[in-house]
Amino acid sequence: MRHDHLLTAKQLSRADVETVLDRAAEFDADLEGASDLHAGKLLALCFFEPSTRTKMSFEAAAKRLGGDVVDMGSVESSSVKKGESLADTVRVVEGYADALVLRHPKQGAAKLASDYVDVPVVNAGDGAGHHPSQTLLDLYTIREQAGLEDLSIGIMGDLKYGRTVHSLAHALTNFDVRQHFVSPESLRLPRSVRYDLHEAGAQVREHEELEDVLPNLDVLYVTRIQRERFPDEDEYEAVAGEYRITAETLEAAKDDLAVMHPLPRVDEIAAEVDDSPNATYFEQAHNGVPVRMALLDLLL
Amino acid sequence: MTDTKLRVSKIQSGTVVDHVTAGAALHVLSLLGIDGHDDATVSLGMNVPSDRMGRKDVVKVEGRELSDSELEVLSLIAPEATINIIRDYDVVEKRQVERPDRVTDVLRCPNRDCITNAGEPVQAAFAVLDDGLRCEYCGEIVREDVTDYLQN
Repeated sequence: MRHDHLLTAKQLSRADVETVLDRAAEFDADLEGASDLHAGKLLALCFFEPSTRTKMSFEAAAKRLGGDVVDMGSVESSSVKKGESLADTVRVVEGYADALVLRHPKQGAAKLASDYVDVPVVNAGDGAGHHPSQTLLDLYTIREQAGLEDLSIGIMGDLKYGRTVHSLAHALTNFDVRQHFVSPESLRLPRSVRYDLHEAGAQVREHEELEDVLPNLDVLYVTRIQRERFPDEDEYEAVAGEYRITAETLEAAKDDLAVMHPLPRVDEIAAEVDDSPNATYFEQAHNGVPVRMALLDLLL
Repeated sequence: MTDTKLRVSKIQSGTVVDHVTAGAALHVLSLLGIDGHDDATVSLGMNVPSDRMGRKDVVKVEGRELSDSELEVLSLIAPEATINIIRDYDVVEKRQVERPDRVTDVLRCPNRDCITNAGEPVQAAFAVLDDGLRCEYCGEIVREDVTDYLQN
C-alpha cells in the first residue's frame, strides 16, 4: 500500500487490505518486537468527538512502534472552543507531528484536512461517513475467524448512520462475500453507499428480519441503534428490541457464527452472549492495536 | 403559442437558451446571476409546447453571450438545452450543452452534516455522475431538485 492518506475504505484495493492484514499478523505475533521501528515519530491525535478504543489503540500502536503521540485533548480545552476552523487547526498540528489521526462530527472532515496538510491523515470517523481503520481491524478479525472467501455476513442495526458499516460494506466488495443488511426501514443504508455497492457489483441483500437470514450467516456484525435517531422513546424501544442478540437468538445460527460489534454496545448484545464461543467483539477490539500498528507502519 | 411562433420574436444580440426543462427557466436565470436588477433585457417562455420535449422553457437574454463554464453548469439543470448565440438578429452559433466531469462553487451540498456546510474555508465540489451529482467531501448524491441547492 502506498497512499498519502486513509480517508475512506473505498480507496483500498484487495491488495492494500491484504498488505495491511499480513503486516498486522506479524505485529500480532510479536507486539513487543517492533519497538525501534518508528522511534522518534510523533502521531497527532485530533479527536473532536469522544473515543475510547480508536484513540487508545492508535496511541498504543504508535508507542508499540517506538513512537509517541501528541494529543489535542478535548474540544473544550482547545482553540476550537474559541472558534478556530478545522482547516487552521490541522495546519497548525501538521507542524507538530509526522501523521494526523482525525475524528470529527462532520462528514468529509478528513478529506478537508487532507486538502490542507502534507503529513498523512487517517480518518478515525467523520460523522456518519466513514471509519476505515476500524474496517481494517474488522477485516482482520473476520479473516481470522472465518476467512474472507465464500462468506456470508450479516450487518445489522443502524445502517444509515453507522460509519463502521459504510466502510466495512465498501471494503467487503473486494472479496467473495455475500452481504446481508438487516435493519428497520428507517435505518437502511444511505443512497450513497447503496450506489457504491451497486457500482462495485457487490452481492447485497436487504432484510428487515434477522431470522430471514441468520441460519446462513458465517459472521454477524451488530451495531448500536442510537436512541436519538427516533422521534420518541416508544418507537426506539420497539425497534431496538427487534435487533437485540440473546443466547436464544443464537440457537438458530451456525455453531461457529462469529458475532462482532465495533463497540460500545448498550444492550443490543445481551451480556449472556459474552461467554459463548460466538462472541468475538472483545478480540475484535484488541485487534485494533496490531492493525493500527500495520497501518502506521505503512503510512509513516 | 407554437414553437415556431415563439421563435419569431427575435432578439438583436445575445443568447437564446432553448429546450430548457419545463419549469427550470427561473433557475437558469438564477444560475446566470440575472435577478432583474441589472441592465439585461430578458424574455421567458415557460411551458411552451415542444414536439421534442412535450413542454419546455425558453430563455432569451439580450446583450449577453454565455461562457463555456456557464454552459457546463447549465447542463446540470437543463441537460437538453440548446444555445443560440445571436448577433444582428442572426444565429451565428448553435451549441449543445456538455456535462462536465466536476463542478465547483456553484452548488451547496444538501447534507447539512457535510464539512462544506460547516463554515470552513472550502467550496463544495461535486463529481458529475450519469444521473446526478456527488459531493466530493461527504459523498452525498443529488439527483432530484439540483436547483434547490444553487449557491446564488
